[in-house]
Amino acid sequence: MRYSALSVFLNGLRGNSNWAAAWRQPEPKPHYDVVIVGGGGHGLATAYYLAKQHGIRNVAVLEKSWLGAGNIGRNTTIIRSNYLLPGNNPFYELSMKLWEGLEQDFNYNAMVSQRGVLNLYHTDAQRDAYTRRGNAMRLHGVDAELLDREAVRERLPFFDYDNARFPIKGGLLQPRGGSVRHDAVAWGYARGADERGVDIIQHCEVTGIRRENGRVVGVETTKGFIGTNKLALATAGHSSQTARMVDMTLPLESHVLQAFVSEGLKPFIDSVVTYGAGHFYVSQSNKGGLVFGGDIDGYNSYAQRGNLATVEHVAEAGVAMIPSLSRVRVLRSWGGVMDMSMDGSPIIDRTHIDNLYLNAGWCYGGFKATPASGFCFAHLIATGEPHATARAFRLDRFRRGYVIDEKGQGPQPNLH
Amino acid sequence: MASLIRCPHCGARPKEEFTIRGAAVTRPQPDAGEDAWYAYVYLRDNPMGPFDEYWHHTSGCRRWLVVSRDTRTHETYGVRDAAAVAGESRS
Repeated sequence: MRYSALSVFLNGLRGNSNWAAAWRQPEPKPHYDVVIVGGGGHGLATAYYLAKQHGIRNVAVLEKSWLGAGNIGRNTTIIRSNYLLPGNNPFYELSMKLWEGLEQDFNYNAMVSQRGVLNLYHTDAQRDAYTRRGNAMRLHGVDAELLDREAVRERLPFFDYDNARFPIKGGLLQPRGGSVRHDAVAWGYARGADERGVDIIQHCEVTGIRRENGRVVGVETTKGFIGTNKLALATAGHSSQTARMVDMTLPLESHVLQAFVSEGLKPFIDSVVTYGAGHFYVSQSNKGGLVFGGDIDGYNSYAQRGNLATVEHVAEAGVAMIPSLSRVRVLRSWGGVMDMSMDGSPIIDRTHIDNLYLNAGWCYGGFKATPASGFCFAHLIATGEPHATARAFRLDRFRRGYVIDEKGQGPQPNLH
Repeated sequence: MASLIRCPHCGARPKEEFTIRGAAVTRPQPDAGEDAWYAYVYLRDNPMGPFDEYWHHTSGCRRWLVVSRDTRTHETYGVRDAAAVAGESRS
């Protein structure tokens, strides 16, 4: 069924009792052309674009929990393409362009809201770095605007501009950045993929990968063996575990990143703002809650929860940036498992096994990449060749010395 | 994670005194070859479960420690001095 204003209106008149399920609950078939492990944003987007762009519809997405149980429902919903390096920038800009047409494309309201992303700077050195980044963005055709202190103050008058440690001197604005309703992204891709024949199989955990003559022939799952011509791994924070099933050790560590949401407030902040020096970023959801977070906790974890020291640090940084936050009550905090790569950039690549493909290493930036990640991963699986914008995301770049290190931190994931 | 970490030199101390470095991987010999160095710098077992990692007692004795921790539960169950651990692996 196609969703439209008219269908919403007519179903409203009928008490909303006639909506069909957005996707089926199929039992696995014995064999597929492509099996995607991981029913998160990237896995579902991959299935959607495989079916839509490449006509490969005999596809299964295997999810060990419920659809969207992982990081697609645990992030802070920010989209942006304000990257510096040539390996990253065209890819994230492709993602931004896909976001811009996404709702029409998959006929689902994902509440894409391009309200702007503003990165504040506090020192001359930081201003220089942001000037450079803004110039790099503009050279790649991405929108960027360097704001001075007064321009920031005009937009956000209630910040602490004279903080003794981190006075706000200005910021780099990407007006096309913004936020998206994250669950709806998973649901929209799931519905679009299902409509085109993809089987989304929830509560089906992959426990092993069966190989014959050096090729993958299928996966062992909690719902039995499922055969496949091609296998695609999109298991985010658990990538090291799935890769180990084929004796691969990845350049990844799994870390916990926490996020928080406050009680609902009246309209307060109309864009995404990051307080670089204080490790804090905030936006306001459509329901009014302030959605905010900071850096990763800094240690390996699969627990999907973090520690209080980070909670305290994030709260302190937030109040340093916006003193009036001190009286806002936090409703919830949660954690997600980040597949932190050794250079802070992702991997979309083939592997040493011919028909096995890997999508991993998204660090804390996987959400904004969801459309392009699915688009480029589907391209790789369907054609065997990397998409033009994702050529740099090779698995062997670490060995060959072609790392894409935006922050220049070196192979130390807890500092990325 | 436990609030108190049992430093072998200082006793039970709040975990905020420590800085976590990451996986306790053994540094290869200088002439170990490219494969060994690549694995040391970039590849990680990243286990879900028991995990040994380097912690620095930054605000205490400033010794490097090997803390054993479960990455599913954050439970810490062993703290040893890194030099002692290195000594064990050499002998």
